[in-house]
Amino acid sequence: MNANFERAAGLNIILAEDRDARPSVDEGPLYDVPVAIKDNIATLRMPTSCGSRILEGYVSPYEATVVSRLRAAGAVIACKTNMDEFAMGSSTEHSAFGPALNPVDRTRVPGGSSGGSAAAVAAGVVPIAFGSETGGSVRQPAAFCGVVGVKPTYGRVSRFGLVAFASSLDQVGVFGKTVDDAALALRIIAGRDPMDATSADVPVPDYRAAATRPVSTLTIGRPIEYFPDALDPAIRERCDEVLDRLREQGATIRDVSLPHSGLAIPVYYIIAPAEASSNLARFDGVRYGLRITGEGLTAMYEATRSKGFGTEVTRRILLGTYVLSAGYYDAYYRKAQQVRALITEDFRRVFASGVDVLFTPTTPTPAFKLGAVSDPYEMYLNDIFTCTANLAGNAAISVPIGTVNGLPIGGQIIAPHFGEQTMFAAAYALERL
Amino acid sequence: MSNYEMVVGLEVHVQLKTKTKAFCDSPTTFGAEPNVNTCPVCLALPGALPVLNAHAVELAVRAALALGCNVHRTSIFARKNYFYPDLPKGYQISQYDRPLATAGRLAGVGITRVHMEEDAGKSIHDRYTGATAIDLNRAGVPLIEIVSEPDMRSAQEARRYLQTLKQVLEYVDVSDVDMEKGSLRVDANVSARRMGETKLGTKTEVKNMNTFSGVEKALEAEFVRQVAVLESGGRVVQQTMLWDGAKGEVRPARSKEESHDYRYFPEPDLPPLVLSDSYIEEIRRALPELPDARRTRYREQYALSDQEIDELVADQPLAAYFEETATALGDAKSAANWVRGMSSSALAVRPAQLAELLAMVKKGVISHTAAKTIFDDMEKSGERAERVADRLGLRKVGDDDTLRQWIVEVKAENPTEWARFVAGETKLQKLLVGLVMKKSKGKADPQRVNELLLLH
Amino acid sequence: MAVTFDDVRHIAALARLDVSEERLPTLVGELNAILAHMEELQRVDVSGVPADLAAGMTPMPLRADDGRQYPLARPRETFAPAMGDGFFLVPRLATHEDVDE
Repeated sequence: MNANFERAAGLNIILAEDRDARPSVDEGPLYDVPVAIKDNIATLRMPTSCGSRILEGYVSPYEATVVSRLRAAGAVIACKTNMDEFAMGSSTEHSAFGPALNPVDRTRVPGGSSGGSAAAVAAGVVPIAFGSETGGSVRQPAAFCGVVGVKPTYGRVSRFGLVAFASSLDQVGVFGKTVDDAALALRIIAGRDPMDATSADVPVPDYRAAATRPVSTLTIGRPIEYFPDALDPAIRERCDEVLDRLREQGATIRDVSLPHSGLAIPVYYIIAPAEASSNLARFDGVRYGLRITGEGLTAMYEATRSKGFGTEVTRRILLGTYVLSAGYYDAYYRKAQQVRALITEDFRRVFASGVDVLFTPTTPTPAFKLGAVSDPYEMYLNDIFTCTANLAGNAAISVPIGTVNGLPIGGQIIAPHFGEQTMFAAAYALERL
Repeated sequence: MSNYEMVVGLEVHVQLKTKTKAFCDSPTTFGAEPNVNTCPVCLALPGALPVLNAHAVELAVRAALALGCNVHRTSIFARKNYFYPDLPKGYQISQYDRPLATAGRLAGVGITRVHMEEDAGKSIHDRYTGATAIDLNRAGVPLIEIVSEPDMRSAQEARRYLQTLKQVLEYVDVSDVDMEKGSLRVDANVSARRMGETKLGTKTEVKNMNTFSGVEKALEAEFVRQVAVLESGGRVVQQTMLWDGAKGEVRPARSKEESHDYRYFPEPDLPPLVLSDSYIEEIRRALPELPDARRTRYREQYALSDQEIDELVADQPLAAYFEETATALGDAKSAANWVRGMSSSALAVRPAQLAELLAMVKKGVISHTAAKTIFDDMEKSGERAERVADRLGLRKVGDDDTLRQWIVEVKAENPTEWARFVAGETKLQKLLVGLVMKKSKGKADPQRVNELLLLH
Repeated sequence: MAVTFDDVRHIAALARLDVSEERLPTLVGELNAILAHMEELQRVDVSGVPADLAAGMTPMPLRADDGRQYPLARPRETFAPAMGDGFFLVPRLATHEDVDE
C-alpha cells in the first residue's frame, strides 16, 4: 500500500485508512494505484459515514459499483475522505468530524463537498480520488485545491452505492493531478450498471485518445452570463488570457448566451433540498446507524435525527420538506423543474449552433478562509458557475489555470451530454497552456 | 333507513405473483424466517437504488386489461413520503398522477385506475413488551392498487364486485388473491345520502376487513352508524374507521399521523415506464377467455343450467377440464355432471381418459356406481378405464340367471321388506335394487334388475 | 410567501426533526431569506414548457424476474441497532393500530 498518508498530516482530510488493502486482481489499468474514496460512497472495509454522526462507524455490507470496478481494475482502495455532511456544502466545514484544510493554504477551505478527496490529490496522498457532484462538489474543490476535477454527464457513471443527496443531480466525480489521470479513471468507472435505472446505455470510449485532438478543431463558447461585471477582476483576467492563448493556437472563440443561468441557484436550492429531504428519510435509527432512544417511536425518530444531523443538513431537510408540502408543490418544486428545463434547453441550443464546448471560470473566488462565510445563501453562491451543468446533466471539468494571490483557480469546460471526449480534448489543451 | 342510500367505493391492493420483488432481486416467498428475503435495496441501505421487475409490469398490464382499462403507454412512478418503521425508505414508491391504467369496468362498477406500487413490511406489536418487531420480507413485494368509482349502492353489491374481481384476477393468473395470506386487501370508502340526492355525503375510510363477509358486515355497520348520525342532525366526520370482526362493530382509528401530507413528487431514481403498443397488444392477445365471456359462450354452446355453468366457470382449470372432456366424449351434460364435483387433485386424470370412462357408462358397460370406484383407482394407478374395469371385475353383469340369483339372495336376507314390496309398497323397489347392486359389487345392470323385480 | 413559526414547527414534525424553541427564530429567519431568493422564479414565463416533466427522458430499463439474490457481505446483526429473533426492534408506536398502512 503506497498511499502517502504522511502528506495528510494536520489537514483532517482522511476519515479512515485501510493500510492492509491490496490489489484484488493480478493486473489492470490501475494496478496497485492507491485511490481515495469520498466518505459517501459505499466500501466494504471502511466505514461510510457521509461526514455525519448519524452514520458514524457504519460499515456498508455491500460495495458501490464504482468501487467494484476500481478494484477489478487493480486499484487499491486506500482511504475514505472528509466531506460536507451528506454532500451538503461548499467548503467541507460542515463535516461532523471537523473541517478539512486546504493543502495549499491551511487557513483556507479546500472547497466542498468533496474537499477531502480534492485535498488528498493536491497534497500528494494519492494520485486519483473520487468524490460526488450535485451542484459543483467536485469541480469547485478541484479549483480551490489546484487539481483536475470531472463531473461526468448525468447517467454516465453508476450511482449504486453513492449515498443519495439529490437523485436527479448526483454523479460520482473524479479528481486527478492531470487531465490524463482523470480521463483514465473516468473510463474505469463509467458505463451502464443494471443496478442503477438512471445509468445510461452509452458506450464508453477511450477518453485519453482525446489528447491528440488539435485545439484548432474546437469552437469554444464564452457564455456572457458567466463573466458578470462583478466577477473578481483577477479571475476575469486569467480567463481572458486563457481564451486568447487558445485563440492563438487556432481555436475559434465565440460569445454565446445562456439566458436562464441567473435562475440556477434558486432552481437548484429548491430541487436539491426537496429530493434530499426524501432521500434522508431512511436515516431513522431503525435498521442501521445512530439510534437515540426516547419515549416511544416518534421520540426515537426525532432524537436520532436531531442529534444525528448537523445544522446545514437540518436546514436543507426543512427547506426541502417545505417546498414539497401541500400547497407549495406547484409554486416551488414544479416551477423549479420547469425552469430547469429552460436551463437545459439553453445548453442544447448553444451546442446545436456549432459550439463544441463552453469555457467559464469554475468559481467566483479562490479558496476563502475557514469560517469566512457564515450566511447560508452566500455559501450557496459558490455554486453559481457549476450548478447549471448539474441541473442540465451536461459533462464538465475544472482544470487549474493559474493562481490569484498565490491561490489556485480553475477554468471550467462544459460539454454536451455524453460529450466527454470533446470535453477532455479541450481540457488537455487547457492543461498544455 | 330506507330513505338513505349507501355509496361505496373500494380500494383493493393485490400482490402480484412474481418470483422477486418489485425493485430488487429479493425473493417474495411467503412465510420465510424474518428478514431473510431482504437485500440492500429493500432494506433501504444508504446508496441502494430501485430497478423495476419486468414480470411485475407484465402482470400489472394483464390485470389492467382484464379489468377493461385503458393502459397508458407512458406512466410515472412517484414517492409517497411518510415515516413508519415498516417503510424502510421513509417513502413508498407508487404512482400518482400518471398511473399505469385508467377507466376500466367490472361487474357494472367503474374502475378509476390501476397503478403499481410496492408493499411495506410487517409490524408485529404484541411479540415483545413495549417494542414492535419489524419484518421486511414483505417490503418491496409488487402490488397493484385497483381503485373503483363510488358506484356501489349496497354491501351485497360490494361483495359481488370483490368476488368477481377475485375470479377475474385468478383467471388471468396474476395473483393468488388470498385474503387470508394477505395477497388481496380491501379498504372501503363509505358515505350515506338521502335517496334521490346526487351530491356525495362525507365519506369515511373503513379498514381492517379480512374476509369478503367481513367487508359486507363492516359496510352495513358503518352505513347504519352514519345514518344514525345524520338522522340525529349531526354531520359525519371524515375519519378512518376500523372493523372489529370479533365484536362485529366499527370504531374510529386513533390517528397514526396528524396530517397525511405525502408530498408526492416524481421518483427521480426511475425514468418513465414506456410500453409500446405492440407490447400491450401482445398481452391483450394472450389474455385467456374471461369469466363473463365464458359464461355467455357456455350458454350458447352447451345445454347446461345456469347453476352448472356458474360452478364450472368459477374455477378456471375446472372449466378448461370440462371442455376437453365434453369434446372428447361428445356429451356436455354428462361431462358437466361429473366434472362439477371434482376435486383439484382428481384433475390429474387426463380428460380424454375420463371421457373413455363416461363413454363406458353411457354404453351400459358399467354402472355409475362402478364408474366412481374405477375413477378412484384411475387416479391412483394411472391406468385407463377399460383395464381397471377388467382388473376389478366391474363390467356390468346383464345375464338374467346371475341377476335372478342375486335377487333371490336379497329376498332371503330381507324377508320383511320383500313382503311389503310384493304387497304393493313400490317405494321399497329402490332400496331392493340398491341391495342387489351392493351384493353385485356394482356390477349388476340396474335397469335389468328393476325389470326383473317388477316381474316378480 | 413568508414562513411562520408554526410552519416550521409543522414541517419539522413532518420530517421527524426535533427543533428546539430557541433555534426556531434563527431557522425561520434563514428559511425566509433563502425562499426570498426563490421569488424571482415566480416571474419566469414557463408557458410552452411541458408540464409533463418526463418529456425527453430516456425510458426505464427493466429487470428480469430472476432469483439471483444480492448477498450482504455481513449479517444484519452487524449494523442493526436492535434485533431480536431476526426482527428489527423499535420502541412501540404510541398511537399504533393493528392496521397495515
